[in-house]
Amino acid sequence: MTLDATLLRGLTPGVLGILVRRGADFAAAEDAVQDALVEAVRVWPANPPRDPKGWLVTAAWRKFLDATRSEAARRRREDHVEDQPPPGEASSTDDTLQLYFLCAHPSLTPSSAVALTLRAVGGLTTRQIAEAYLVPEPTMAQRISRAKRTVSGVRFDQPGDVATVLRVLYLVFNEGYSGDVDLAAEAIRLTRQLATAIDHPEVSGLLALMLLHHARRASRTTPDGALVPLAEQDRTRWDTAAITEGVAILRAALARDRLGEFQAQAAIAALHADAPTAGETDWPQIVEWYDELVALTDSPVVRLNRAVALGEADGARAGLAALAPLDDTLPRYTAASAYLTERAGDLTAAAALYTEAAGRATSTAERDHLTRQAARLNTRSG
Amino acid sequence: MAKYLLLKHYRGAPNPVNDVPMDQWTPEEISAHLRYMRDYAARLEATGEYVGGDALAPEGTWVRYDGEGRPPVTDGPFAETKDLIAGWMIIDVDSYDRALELAAELSAAPAAGGKPLQEWLELRPLMSAPPTVSE
Repeated sequence: MTLDATLLRGLTPGVLGILVRRGADFAAAEDAVQDALVEAVRVWPANPPRDPKGWLVTAAWRKFLDATRSEAARRRREDHVEDQPPPGEASSTDDTLQLYFLCAHPSLTPSSAVALTLRAVGGLTTRQIAEAYLVPEPTMAQRISRAKRTVSGVRFDQPGDVATVLRVLYLVFNEGYSGDVDLAAEAIRLTRQLATAIDHPEVSGLLALMLLHHARRASRTTPDGALVPLAEQDRTRWDTAAITEGVAILRAALARDRLGEFQAQAAIAALHADAPTAGETDWPQIVEWYDELVALTDSPVVRLNRAVALGEADGARAGLAALAPLDDTLPRYTAASAYLTERAGDLTAAAALYTEAAGRATSTAERDHLTRQAARLNTRSG
Repeated sequence: MAKYLLLKHYRGAPNPVNDVPMDQWTPEEISAHLRYMRDYAARLEATGEYVGGDALAPEGTWVRYDGEGRPPVTDGPFAETKDLIAGWMIIDVDSYDRALELAAELSAAPAAGGKPLQEWLELRPLMSAPPTVSE
């Protein structure tokens, strides 16, 4: 048997949920499940279990009991187990959902919620999470153990807010560094798993949004890491299977007529994915979706993106007019202004704006892209 | 979730509020200051916000390439160089406000008379990865 690490990690929330329902406290149960996963990786290749989940539950429970100090405590807990009803399939789904709620609990900071979700729901090791976020392993270990302490008083069966879970998964997808662990793919896996545990149009909306953006990943950067703007991407390199799936999930969600932020964002991504060439993009419809997003979120960043879309739909002057009332300290305001100014034909002003935007960029890839845009205009002939 | 670099300067920063040079503190005041610095780093490790840090020797060298087959050219140190960095620390925090809070805490290290040094620290964001969703 070849050990499928992703499959193994997919069993994590169910196993953890069973331990917690048997009376183990969350922090100790989570440690025990991690230990059991490590043992599975060691033992399974030579001795594959017939029932992988059952094996993990048994191993994790033994680890949990081993970790409890005294014999007396052990006996007390074992007696306690005898009182517990055997967990059925239905409660496994509930457990998975509860785990998402717990790991995204509002008492956690965003970075703690992200770390705890990746470990307790995703089954990643502390080292993998530390490497993914470019921090030392002891720092990540502390962050995770503090997060566990923070939620230790939260009842496991307390209903949570799915919106907080979606924000955490969106952070994993959107703000991940690239490392050994593919965080975007992991975010998709976790959102897919969440979608099987709860029927909610915004969960579908987020999953569709992730799939539609992930589909373009190969074309987003050159081999040496330079950003390729959407309009210049090689559309033959887009993952059509992921686009088809994302669009289908989005259609089904929109049909339920409970629009939310992620569905609207996914709709915009779908319209981009649907255009055979950049020139054939349905910009008027994209502007309409931005109007929906403005109504839903009233976010200045959304207004900024809407101004750029309006510049494509109604001309650069209209875009600049929509940009003018916005706060010029918004992220990418100057970059948007540079782009629209170039489209409006004022190349000298656009070059200066690109240089200014490069100075305000928050990533090296964006800074280098904007510097290249300025250089392109500054060195143009004639 | 953003990383920041905290820079402590030997020279080049505006003067601290408690502006007494370290060689005029009592030995106990120096010990208390250094202990505060160590405890500060340990606290950040415990909150899961510490990425790394080091103190730098004050004397450095300027170096540049000097053409194919030639040894690098060195120069300096220049006593008149305005900016001289004494040490750095990288933190990974949830917000800019939290970064400010931590920088202020470091600036509160005890100095002459047991009073906070209130030195100026430079706070610089690190470049991050570009977000996946950008349009």
